[in-house]
Amino acid sequence: MTLALQAAGITKRFPGVLANDKVDFDLARGEIHALLGENGAGKSTLMNILYGLYQPDEGQILVNGQPIAITNPHDAIAHGIGMVHQHFMLVPPLTVTENIMLGQESVLKASRALGQLALLDRRGAAQRIRELSQQYGLEVDPDATVRDLPVGAQQRVEIVKALYRAAEILILDEPTAVLTPQEADDLFVIMRGMVKTGKSIVFITHKLREVLAVADQISVMRGGKMVGHANPADATSESLAQLMVGRQVLLQIDKADPHPGQVVLKVSDISVRDDRQHMAVDGVSFEVRAGEVLGIAGVQGNGQTELAEAVTGLRHPVKGSMSILGHDSTHATPRHVIEAGAAHIPEDRQKHGLVLSFSVRDNLVLCTYYRSPFAHGVSINFPMLERNADDLIRMFDIRAPGSDTLVGTLSGGNQQKVIVARELARQVKLVIANQPTRGLDVGSIEFIHGRIIQARDKGAAVLLVSAELDEIMSLSDRIAVMYKGRILDIIDAKTASREQLGLLMAGVASRQ
Amino acid sequence: MNQQTTSPARAIGQGLRLKGRWWVTALVGLMLIVVLWLLLNLIIGGQCDGPCVVGALAQTLRVATPIAFAALCGVMCERSGVVDIGIEGKMLMAAMVGYAVNLFAYQALKDSMGVVAAGNLSRWLAMFAGVLAAMVLAALHAVVSIEFKTNQIITGTVINILAVGLTGFLYRQFLAEHLPAGPGTFPIINIPILSNIPIIGPILFQQKPLTYIMLITVVVIQYVLFHTPWGLRTRAVGEHPRAADTVGVNVYKIRYINVIAGGLIAGLAGVWFTLEAVDVFNPMMTNGLGFIGLAAMIFGKWNPFGALLGALIFGLGNGVTSTISIFRPDIPSQLPQMLPYLLTVVILTGVVGRATAPAADGTPYEK
Ligand SMILES: Nc1ncnc2c1ncn2[C@@H]1O[C@H](COP(=O)(O)OP(=O)(O)O)[C@@H](O)[C@H]1O
Ligand SMILES: [Mg+2]
Repeated sequence: MTLALQAAGITKRFPGVLANDKVDFDLARGEIHALLGENGAGKSTLMNILYGLYQPDEGQILVNGQPIAITNPHDAIAHGIGMVHQHFMLVPPLTVTENIMLGQESVLKASRALGQLALLDRRGAAQRIRELSQQYGLEVDPDATVRDLPVGAQQRVEIVKALYRAAEILILDEPTAVLTPQEADDLFVIMRGMVKTGKSIVFITHKLREVLAVADQISVMRGGKMVGHANPADATSESLAQLMVGRQVLLQIDKADPHPGQVVLKVSDISVRDDRQHMAVDGVSFEVRAGEVLGIAGVQGNGQTELAEAVTGLRHPVKGSMSILGHDSTHATPRHVIEAGAAHIPEDRQKHGLVLSFSVRDNLVLCTYYRSPFAHGVSINFPMLERNADDLIRMFDIRAPGSDTLVGTLSGGNQQKVIVARELARQVKLVIANQPTRGLDVGSIEFIHGRIIQARDKGAAVLLVSAELDEIMSLSDRIAVMYKGRILDIIDAKTASREQLGLLMAGVASRQ
Repeated sequence: MNQQTTSPARAIGQGLRLKGRWWVTALVGLMLIVVLWLLLNLIIGGQCDGPCVVGALAQTLRVATPIAFAALCGVMCERSGVVDIGIEGKMLMAAMVGYAVNLFAYQALKDSMGVVAAGNLSRWLAMFAGVLAAMVLAALHAVVSIEFKTNQIITGTVINILAVGLTGFLYRQFLAEHLPAGPGTFPIINIPILSNIPIIGPILFQQKPLTYIMLITVVVIQYVLFHTPWGLRTRAVGEHPRAADTVGVNVYKIRYINVIAGGLIAGLAGVWFTLEAVDVFNPMMTNGLGFIGLAAMIFGKWNPFGALLGALIFGLGNGVTSTISIFRPDIPSQLPQMLPYLLTVVILTGVVGRATAPAADGTPYEK
C-alpha cells in the first residue's frame, strides 16, 4: 500500500483556539478515507491546510512520500490535490464552464500570445467538461448558469472542477450535507468509480451511516486531535459516535407515543410566492394537533422556507387561509403569531434568529422584552433581564463566558441553544422549528431534540421542517413530504421507510 | 444573470429592459429620437430641421465621450469589486495636468519645432501626462482600499476633495492669469470615405480623437470582460473573491490592475475637457460628469455597451438642451440644463429595471 498523502504533526492555532493539535493523517492511494468528527473538531482546518488555504504552525505535508511546501491553492493543485469545500466555491452568475475553467482558462491557440487577454475557448472547455462528466458519471450542463442549478448539481460542478485540474487526491468536505439520501447514494457510486481509476478520496462527514456505507478507512477527530482510527468492517455506529463525542450518546431518541389533542395549527390550501415571485408554496393543507410532531421532509428549496415564513407571519400567502387555535392568522403579523402562543426557530440562525451584535442576555428576550416582567411601560427592568439570562444559560447549558457576551462570538451550537432557550422556555402552544440542528454537533443535536420532544409532551403542537431525513424520522409522529411547493403525501412515521421518503423527496408520488 | 450578457445588442436591449432582437431596440431608439425631436420642435416652434438634428446628434456623441469614459472606469473597478466614486476627482486632476502640460510644452517646443508640430506633440504629451496623473490617484485609491481595506466610499470622497483642493490651489498659483496662448484643442479628424456618408458621416466620423478612442475603448473592454481569462477572473473576483482565491487567482493583483486601468480611462475622461472641449481650465470644470458616468454605469448594468448607451442618453439630454437655448433664449437656460440631472435621478430610481451590482462590490477581501 502506497501513501498518496501524509500530514505529519500538523498544528494550527487560531486566536484562542487550538484548531489542530499535532494531527497525523495518512491517505493511501485508491482508498476512500472518511474523516469523522463533530462540528469544530478541526476537520476543515486540516483540509484547508492540505489545500494551501491556511499555513500550519507546525508539521509537514508529504505527497507520494516527498515532503512538499504548499503555500497556496496553486501549489496544492499542482500536486494533484483538489478540494470541494463545505460551502461551495462557485460564482453564481457565471456559467458552469466559466466556473470550471476559472484560473485555468483554455484559450484559442491563435490568440495565445495575448496571454491573459487571449480569446477564451469556451467551446473547447465545454467539450472537456462533457468528457469528464461522461467518464465519471457526473451529469453537468456546461452552458447552465450556476445560480439556476440545484445544490446537487452545483456539487457535481465542484467535483468536475477538481477533476478538470487533474486532481489525483480529492477532498470532499461534508459533501452530503446538502443531498437527499438517494443523491448521497449516487455520489457514493461516483466516488467508488473514481477510486477504481486510482484516485484517492478524503470524505469528511459527521453522518455515521454514510461512513459505514462507503469508507475503506475511518479516522476520527475530536477537539483538534486525531483520536482514533477504525476499519468499517469492525466499527459500529455506536462505537464511532462514542469516539467522536468522547462519551456514550443516544443516537435514537427515546420518546413516548404521542397523545394528539385539539387542532392547534390549521393550514388550508395556501399558496405563497417567494422573493422572485415564483409560486414557492402551491396549495398546501395540513393540521398539527397539540402533543404531536408533524415533520415536513423535502430537499431544500422546495418551498419549506416560504411555508414556515407564512405560518410565522413573515410572509403573507396569496391564497388560502391559516388559523391558530381557531383564530384566523392568515394575515397576522409575527408579533400576533407569537402572542397567539407560537415559538419560531428559524432556518438561518444568524440572519433571522439572533442579533449577532447583541449580548446573550438581550437576545434571550427579543420577543418578550416589551412585556411584563421585562418592561414597565417604556422602561426595561434590567435586573429581571439579567436573572432571566442567568436562569436560561444554566437550564439550556449555553456555553458562554457571561450573559453580556456578544452572541456573534459563540459557536454555532451555542447560538442555536440561545434561540431554543428563548423560544421554548416560554409557555408555547405551537413550535415551528425550521432546520433546528443544521450544522450542529452530535451533543447539541441530542440536546435540542430532547427539548423539542419535551415541548411536545407538555402539549405543544410541533411543526418540524428539516432536510435531514434522520432528524425527521426520529422526531416526527407524522411526516409530510414537500416537493416543488406541494405536499405529495402525509404518512405515519411508524410505517415510513427511508426508501419511501427518499422517493417522495425526489418527486415520485407513492399514492397508488 | 442579466449582468453576464456578452453581446452588445443584448446588453443594450437589457439596458432598456427589452427582450428580443437588436432591431427592436434600434427601432425603439429611433422612435425615441423622433418623439424627442417632435417635442423639441413644439418648444422651439418648428425651427429644428434636418441639419439641426444631425448637429444635435453629433453634439450628443461629443458630450457622451467623457461620461462614457467615466462609466467605463466604473465598470472596470466595480466588476473587480472595488467601488470608485473618486472618478470625478481623477478627471479633474487629469483635466488640469493635461491643460498645463499642453500649454507649457507648447511654449517650450514651438520655437524649435514650428507652431503646428509643437501643437500636435504637446497635445499628445498632455494627454499622456493627464492620464498618468489620474492613474497616480487611482493607485492611491487602490493601495488604501485594497491593501488597507478602508471604506471605499470614504476613500473615493477623499480623492474627490483632494483633487478639488489641489487643482484649485495650482490653478490660483500658476494658471489664473498672464498666460501665453496655448496650442488649442485637438482638431476634428474626418475619417476618409466614412465621413462623407450622409447623416451618419457627420454624426459618427467627423469627431475629435478622444471620441474615437472612447468608442474603441468600449469595444475593447467588452471584449476583455467577457471573452478573455482576465475578464473572467475580474468578474469572479467581483462576485465571489474567495471562490477565485481557491482556484489560485490572485484577488489583490486583479483588483490593483483593474483600479489602475480604470484610472487610465478616467484620465481620458478628464483630458477631454481641456484637450478636446475647450482650451481653458476652470476649477471644478468637470461639473459632476464623473458622477453622471456612475449613473450611466448603473443604467448599463455594469456592461460596457450598456454604459455607452447610458452616456448617450445623457448626451442626448445635453444636445436637446443646447438646441433649446439657441432657439429660445427667452426660456431661462437653467431649466433645460436641469434635464440631464433629472434624468440621472429618474434612472437611479430604477425606471430601467433593478440593476444588481457585483456581489462583492465595495467589500475588501480578507484572506
Ligand atoms: N479562520 C478561522 N479563524 C478563527 N478560528 C477558526 C477559523 N477557522 C476555524 N476556526 C476554529 O477552529 C476550530 C475548528 O474548526 P473547523 O476546522 O472548521 O471544524 P470542523 O470542520 O471539524 O467542523 C473551531 O473552533 C473554529 O471555530
Ligand atoms: Mg467543517
